[in-house]
Amino acid sequence: MIKVSNLSFSYTGGGVPVLSDINLEFDQRTTAIIGQNGAGKTTFVKLLKGLLKATYGEILIGEYDVKMRTAAELARKIGLVFQNPNDQIFKRTVLDETMFGLLNIKMGRYTAEKLAVEALELVGLDDKLSMNPHDLSLSEKKLLCIASVVAMDTDIVIFDEPTIAQDHAGKEIIRRIIQKLKEKNKLVLTIIHDMDFVAENFDRTIVFNEGKVLLDGSTREVFSQKDVLEEANVEPPGITQLANRLGLKNTILTVDEFLHECAK
Amino acid sequence: MKKIVVDHLKYKYPLGEELALQDISFQIEEGEFIGIIGKNSSGKSTLCQALVGLVPHFYKGAYGGKVIVDGLEVKTHTIAEISLKVGMVFQNPFTQVTGSKMTVYEEIAFGLENIGLPREEMRRRIHEVLKLMKIEHVKDRSPFDLSGGQMQRMAIASIIAMKPDVLVLDEPTSQLDPAGSEEVFQAIQDLSGQGITVIMAEHKMEKVAQYCNRVLLLHEGKLVDFAAPEKIFSRNDLETYGVAAPVYTRVCKALGMKKQGCDSYPVTLKDAELALRGSLG
Repeated sequence: MIKVSNLSFSYTGGGVPVLSDINLEFDQRTTAIIGQNGAGKTTFVKLLKGLLKATYGEILIGEYDVKMRTAAELARKIGLVFQNPNDQIFKRTVLDETMFGLLNIKMGRYTAEKLAVEALELVGLDDKLSMNPHDLSLSEKKLLCIASVVAMDTDIVIFDEPTIAQDHAGKEIIRRIIQKLKEKNKLVLTIIHDMDFVAENFDRTIVFNEGKVLLDGSTREVFSQKDVLEEANVEPPGITQLANRLGLKNTILTVDEFLHECAK
Repeated sequence: MKKIVVDHLKYKYPLGEELALQDISFQIEEGEFIGIIGKNSSGKSTLCQALVGLVPHFYKGAYGGKVIVDGLEVKTHTIAEISLKVGMVFQNPFTQVTGSKMTVYEEIAFGLENIGLPREEMRRRIHEVLKLMKIEHVKDRSPFDLSGGQMQRMAIASIIAMKPDVLVLDEPTSQLDPAGSEEVFQAIQDLSGQGITVIMAEHKMEKVAQYCNRVLLLHEGKLVDFAAPEKIFSRNDLETYGVAAPVYTRVCKALGMKKQGCDSYPVTLKDAELALRGSLG
């Protein structure tokens, strides 16, 4: 669905590259992108979305060459939920905010409203349609941003740190949305620092470190490589560490797996 | 010595229909590191704001009961007076940034200028906190040109520079990667070790379990429990309050393995390892 070849990028003309020589292909597996702050994760997804243009290299989204397309054309293909909801929100009501993108791709008002309300139901904000988004709490604002992008029904959905400020219930909502998108064969790509959430929800994990891809594989493979992860300053999920310390042979990703292993 | 006394605190936002805080009472000793947990909208942020006086002075609304911080009654003192004793790091660093300063260095100076510190002392403190929060390399950047993580470090630095006796933090590491958040927790623990009283609202239960002396559990504006992390996270009704115990506690509970020599379950990686070692394998 996405093919990235020899991608490099720097914010200042000849400056230090934020990303260098990235080669990746994405299929429908739910994919987590992890790595330290400043590793280039957000820059990478902004390039995919066409908000930044590559210094070198090529990004293909389906048959589209991202460089040759406008952000408007890409909006039907790929959706990105910003890390900071204040960068995304600007309308006066929750419903208008969610309908904005849909109206922009020339959808009729009636259908747009229907899709927007459906998306808001998904995140549990359908009882706040006429509220001003700026009166929402930070966690609700993040859910609103997710709803606005999910409503667009793009084949590719990217989340930038969706679980920030979410409590247990909020994380469950996001977990359900990811599952739902997966069932619809959409590619879900998520930048995230919550390793327990990664272990429980993503098929594939990519570790970025200093602008390069350090590890790429199934989530279990990636979290089994303790030494390489240490190099990128990434800690495996708590349960994985506990299992490792207790000398369990297999790489454990969830509490259920752990209990199952103990029952053997 | 009791550093903070909250006595039958009740509070309602001006446009709210229900009490955001319902008859809350507790006491905190000097130098304690307290975690506040509970699901979203349970009153964590409101309680933090009541400790620094933004509730009721800034938000107004209906207020009952007493909050006394280091001998000062919050309701009868101005935010300016309270700010000399208590510092608060906001949940969203973006809302904390003044917007009136061009560089990170000046942004950190803002609070210090307001309390009228001598120039040399300001420079010394700014240097110290830039180093502590590891943001020396961005000191000349605009506060709005920072990454989320850097901005959050700056927000913490701005408050720590004021050397408050009591430090209130509302999810201070939400934007940081795991390594960065561990660093910040350790820095805050050091401050707590130096006698600063720390109160932190937080969703990262593993961190709360590891670092806090006591944990205050809120639900729908009410105080449910205030006790050691082991005791709070061993509660059987935790999920009804929308809180998941640390993964270590969940595993040990499922296996029925209590912490050695006590009646609660382990809450940290280390204790879980100790409890489970020997029983497995």
